[in-house]
This record gives sequence, C-alpha cells and structure tokens, in this order.
Amino acid sequence: MRRPRISIAKLAALLRANPGLTAGIALLLPFLLFALLPDLFATHDPIKTSIRELYAPPSPEHFFGTDELGRDVYSRVVFGARISLVAASIIIGIACCIGIILGTIAGYWQGWADRVIMILVDLVLAFPSLILALAVSAALGPGLRSAIIAAAAVWWPVYARLLRGLTIQLSEMEFVTAARAMGASSPVIVIRHILPNAVYAIVVRISLDLGLAVLLLASLSFIGLGASAPTPEWGAMVAWGRIYFLTEWWIGAFPALAITLVVVGITLLGDGLNDMRNVRR
Amino acid sequence: MAKLLLERILTLILKLFGMAVILFVVTQVLPADPAAVAAGTNARPEQIERIRQELGLDRPFHEQFFTYISGLLRGDLGQSLLTRREVSDDLRLRFPATAELAIFSGIVIVITGISLGIVAAVFAGSRLDMLIRLLVVVGMGIPPFVLALFLQLIFAKSLDWFPLEGRLSTLMAPPPHVTGLYSLDSLLAGQWETFWTSLRHLALPVAALALGRLAVGARFTRSGMLETLSQPYVRTARAKGLRENRVILRHAFRNALIPVVTMLGIQIGFLLSGAVLVEVVFTWPGLGRYAVESVVSFDFYAVIGAALVIAVIFVVSNTIVDLLYVQLDPRIQQR
Repeated sequence: MRRPRISIAKLAALLRANPGLTAGIALLLPFLLFALLPDLFATHDPIKTSIRELYAPPSPEHFFGTDELGRDVYSRVVFGARISLVAASIIIGIACCIGIILGTIAGYWQGWADRVIMILVDLVLAFPSLILALAVSAALGPGLRSAIIAAAAVWWPVYARLLRGLTIQLSEMEFVTAARAMGASSPVIVIRHILPNAVYAIVVRISLDLGLAVLLLASLSFIGLGASAPTPEWGAMVAWGRIYFLTEWWIGAFPALAITLVVVGITLLGDGLNDMRNVRR
Repeated sequence: MAKLLLERILTLILKLFGMAVILFVVTQVLPADPAAVAAGTNARPEQIERIRQELGLDRPFHEQFFTYISGLLRGDLGQSLLTRREVSDDLRLRFPATAELAIFSGIVIVITGISLGIVAAVFAGSRLDMLIRLLVVVGMGIPPFVLALFLQLIFAKSLDWFPLEGRLSTLMAPPPHVTGLYSLDSLLAGQWETFWTSLRHLALPVAALALGRLAVGARFTRSGMLETLSQPYVRTARAKGLRENRVILRHAFRNALIPVVTMLGIQIGFLLSGAVLVEVVFTWPGLGRYAVESVVSFDFYAVIGAALVIAVIFVVSNTIVDLLYVQLDPRIQQR
C-alpha cells in the first residue's frame, strides 16, 4: 500500500478544504481532553455528595450547578467523557472484530458458511437496533457491561456485511490471483492481501458508527439498563436529571448537551473522512 | 409483480420466524431467572420452584421453545410475569398510541424532509442551503430523548404552548374506539375539541421524533436532486422550454425519489427506536414505553412480545418500501 506523507502544511490545507471535518475535530477536542485527563479539568470529585449544596444552580463555584445529591454536574460531565468514549470504542471494537472475522469468512470461502452467516446478519439487522439491544441487555441484567455487550451484539452485522462485500470485491483483484499463484495459503491471502486494502473503508465506517454507539449506549442508560449509580455516565445522568428537568434543568441538560455535541462532532468527522475517501477515488 | 409479491411475503414470514427464534433464544439462554422475577423480591426458594413449574420453565429448552412458537402462531404471546395478563392484550391496547405517533411523524418527515432537500438542492451553495445543511447536522446529532426533554422544557413548561405529556388532557374522555388513533377517532365522531386536544398533545412528541429523521431525509433528497439536476434529460427538458417548476418536480425529483425511498425504509427503524425513548419522556402509553417498563421489571414475555411487535412493524414496512421501490423504478423488476 502507498503510504501518504503527512506534513503540517498539507494537514492545514486539508482542514481548510473540509470545514465539516474541522468543525467535528473542534467539537470533539475538549471531550477527548476530558477523557484523557479528567483530573486536570474537573473541579470537584464526581461522586462526592454534599448535603449542603443540593440543587445549586450554575455558578462560578459549580459551573453546571449541582444535582439532587449535591454532586458537581460539571465534574461529572468531565468524567463521563471517558466512560462514554471508551465504552463506545469497546462496542465498535468488539463489533468490528466479530464482523471482520465472519465477514471475511463469508466473503472469501462463500458456500454454506456464507449462507449461514448472511442469514444471521439479515435477521439481526431486521430488528430496530435499540429494540434488540433492549432485549439482550435486559436478559443480561442492568449494568454498563451488559449494555456494551448488547450494543456490540446488534452492531457486528454491519461490519460483517461491509467486510463480506470488500472481500468479494478484493478477491477478484489481480494481486490476490498473483498471491494465490505464488502458493500463498488462504489465511495469508486474507490477512496480508485483503484486509490491509479494506482498512480505509473500515476506518471510515468506524468513524461514522462511533457517534451512533455513543447514542445507543446513552439511550440504553437513559432507559435504566446501562450504568448504575453513582457512575457519571451521560445517559444515566440525563435519566436521573429528567425527574427534575422542569425545575432544576441543569442536572439533566448539561449531560444531554454533552451527548449531542459528541454525536454531532463524530458525525461531522465521519462525514469529512467519507468525503475524503470519495475524493481519493 | 405477483411473483415478486409472493416471494417477498414468503421471505417476510421466514424472517419473522427467525426473529422470534432469536428473541426467544436471547432471553432464555442468558443468565437472569424469570421465575425468580415472577415470584417477587422476597420469595422463598420453594415458591420460586413452584412458579417455575407453573410457568413451565422447568421443562427442557426445546419443549419450552415449541410451546412458545406454537403459541406465537396462534397469536398467543404468553403471559406477563408480573400482572399475569395476556401480553397480546396489553400490546393491542398500546399499539394505536405508537401507530399514531409513528404515522404523524412519518408524514412530517416525508413532507418537510423532501421539501427542504429540494429547496437546498435547487438553491445549492446559497445561504439557505447552508442553513438547511446546518439544520441537518444538528438534527442528526441530537438524540430524540434529549430533544424531547428540551422541547418539554421550552414549549410546555416555559412557554406553555403545548401540553406536557400524555395523549389527551386528564379529564377528557377518549373518543369512541374505531382505529384507536385518538385524532382520527375524534374526527370520525365529530368531536372537534378532542381532535384539537389530541393534535396539541401530538405536536411535541412528533417534533422530537421527526427532526432527526427529516434531517436525514433532507440530506438524501438534496444529494439525489443535485445528481439528477445535472443529468442531460433535465437540460433537455429546460431546452424544450418547460417551466422550471415542472422541470424540478417532474423530471429531476421523480428520478431522485429512488434513493430517497430506500432511505425512508432505513429511517423506519430509527423512528421506531426513537419512539421508545420519546414515549418514555412524554409518558405516551405506547409499545415503546411498555417495552421499557417490562424491561425494567424483567418481565420476559412482555419484553419479547413488545420487541417482536415493533420488529414486525419494521420488517413489514420495509417490505412495503421494497415493493414501492420496484414501482418507482421498473428497471429493477426486469433484472
């Protein structure tokens, strides 16, 4: 594969040519920093309660106010970034691994394995994703781990389908025929010749999906199936804040805003990358 | 067309069967114990055991599976573990509320999404186009439940323009049951006040549900229109001296519809998922809220039932979209 050379001038030109991508990165940057260095940005302990400061509105002392237990909402939003982003990455990571394995098997060897895998893919995709995730997560019992497994369980078919298509397409390329003629075994062909050429498509897909994964996880938590108290998970914070939303709006509004900004940011980033791929072709 | 229809319906039935199997396996194989749930929190082990026998949960897996599937074929979804009511009865009561929400949202999405998309494409590159594109990005990013909460805060609490929750005012009797859609039923019964009230109750949930989806609709319509507007047949139509409106709607839009229809099919899934959360926020007594309530209380048959009904709506509407697609583009059938 050709390795693109990256220079700062090129990067700047790229960002200028793609305002969506730049806006996405700008939106995500603070949350990435929160996720990497929460202690640096948080002003309070995210799970420490304070009976003297219940329901305090936003102020210089508590930027986003305090919640029903006197916890600092701003610090909880900061710490929530790590949970949401890491959990979303795990979801997509698991889904991607399962999808890559099953997708390449289906695409490369075809035959009955392909048929069985694709029937499963079609069946899982036939559900609205939240509905199936709801059922899986309920069966596993509430908790962040169940929510992550449930989300991954409904997501892998997307990657299996993508990889199957790419594998079929790439298998017909001349370099694959050449490798086969040179006596390379099937696993070697798949790992050395097919997968590296599918990487960019997978990365674009991941960048488009990460935002949806943050959203799915937040939705499950909002229903009460995700993180449990006192974890500062955004969806769960919105769920608890909902009770007070019409009076002490800040408890739920700021985590809700955080979810929105991250999802918008990742969507813009994914779109930007996708546009770049279309240009490259 | 008849052969195609038959083929699609057969696939549909097989798919639904497969989906029922998946849901059953998921809820059976996984560790939580339905009998313990049904027995309540302070039940003694022998009580749990008795309930396990009563519910047939002590029988081997394949037997339980057979009982469940044969029940399913008769339209029997089993009993709620908590209320011991028939799940199918509960769902029948809840279905119209979700249907009303989804239908109204669907109408709003199609009309607004497509018009915004056409306008954005026709005036591509203008300020208006930029504004619509911004709306699209924001609309796609805001989760429906977040939007629902903010709409409630702004338009129900602060401005008091719309009611906070529910399908009708608390003191208002629902209209005589015909379809179960309050807006339609009240209209049929000539109850104008009830009709108006039900529409006002629909406004915020529909807005919360539709914004994100209509954004996607606008985006697809825009890109489809941009493509068809640059086609030679559009230039020919203009050269013939046709009026611009006619060129845009009859020549460009009709051909741009095909990707739009495909997109709408995918949107139905998001719409149903979103409805679950929006129903929770607006205490809307629909399928989604029922599913969430049953999930939170580990009511397994209720969860499977609700999930299955929502999945059926999804798959059936997708099949309809598929057939519509063939109607729109005759070339597909010939292939």
